[in-house]
Amino acid sequence: MSEKEVKNMEEIFEARIARDEKIEPKDWMPEKYRKTHIRQISQHAHSEVVGMLPEGNWITRAPSLRRKAALLAKVQDEAGHGLYLYSATETLGISREELYDQLHSGKAKYSSIFNYPSITWADIGAIGWLVDGAAIINQVALCGTSFGPYARAMVRICKEESFHQRQGYEIMLTLCNGTPEQKEMAQDALNRWWWPSLMMFGPRDEDSPHTAQSMKWKLKRKTNDELRQQFVDQTVPQADILGITIPDPDMTYNPETGHYEFGEIDWDEFWQVVKGHGPCNKERMEARVGAWERGSWVREAAMSYAEKQEKKKIAKAS
Amino acid sequence: MKKEWPLWEVFVRSKNGLEHRHFGSLHAADAEMALENARDVYTRRNEGVSIWVVESKYITASNPEDHGELFEPAQDKVYRHPTFYNLPDEVKHM
Repeated sequence: MSEKEVKNMEEIFEARIARDEKIEPKDWMPEKYRKTHIRQISQHAHSEVVGMLPEGNWITRAPSLRRKAALLAKVQDEAGHGLYLYSATETLGISREELYDQLHSGKAKYSSIFNYPSITWADIGAIGWLVDGAAIINQVALCGTSFGPYARAMVRICKEESFHQRQGYEIMLTLCNGTPEQKEMAQDALNRWWWPSLMMFGPRDEDSPHTAQSMKWKLKRKTNDELRQQFVDQTVPQADILGITIPDPDMTYNPETGHYEFGEIDWDEFWQVVKGHGPCNKERMEARVGAWERGSWVREAAMSYAEKQEKKKIAKAS
Repeated sequence: MKKEWPLWEVFVRSKNGLEHRHFGSLHAADAEMALENARDVYTRRNEGVSIWVVESKYITASNPEDHGELFEPAQDKVYRHPTFYNLPDEVKHM
């Protein structure tokens, strides 16, 4: 295709998205659209998969069978969500193997929130309430994104995710209505997870160079700062109901705007964790790569078995 | 020689009386494993009563570039729709 033809195709393509038409895998798309989507959807898939690790830590130590069943179901959902998203990425012409390689080699990123440790049971409450709460805000916005397979995966994920946040909040509520020590645990978890949760929405708008392009492709429907504000506004009253305090002395309600105004995020910490220097970056990748390597003989054995069965079937038929 | 597990397409009937609908895809070594994985990945909340799996390579798909010649001819055949025919208002149940 000549440069002029490509430009013409791009114009038609952008117009389709502007009309709210969905783009499907076999449709023509600009190379940049394909690459950006592979990056974003796979990053999302990796986050679901790595996100199982901090919670998996507590499955065997959940305080009751009810909590254990719920946590197991939640972690299984995260695995499922990872799989929906990997499949959606593969429709763009990249193999599952390549996607795993990118995660394991550190070439691909995942959400930084999972590089923080889950050290008490209250952290499981805080993760469900805050981390899943923030994720839902991001994901609801993506249900209307332009790439069909991504939008469909998001719709399914959003449907399943709402129980995640509710079970987390219920854990917090139980702790806050418990002994003073239990309430203290809930407060401690809020203290440690609050700021990293705000960071989940990404850099400030002025430091987010891809926002304009992403809005055009409906990979973003609202900016990072808008989504962050929405999260703060909905979460502060929930903390009030729990009777615990958001660890931000600058948090004030502005009755004129109807929004909460909050303090400065520690962006140095944000970039440090993104660059791999968070408290658990190394541990998470070791767990992930280790699981993949230890499972390799199982994958090979299953394939050999399948091939043998296939041969037997053919021999029998002839 | 390492080989990646092939890709399968998953179709689920959500309840009897409805058709199987495409739900998504997954990797599995063989058909049996594809069915088991499909159950775990796509029907964790009673979404289905029956599952079909088929290896993706066996699906032949139309090309979006052929959209015009395949689908446009139907657009000017309005006489295939009931509203094309003019009847007096007095005629009921038709």
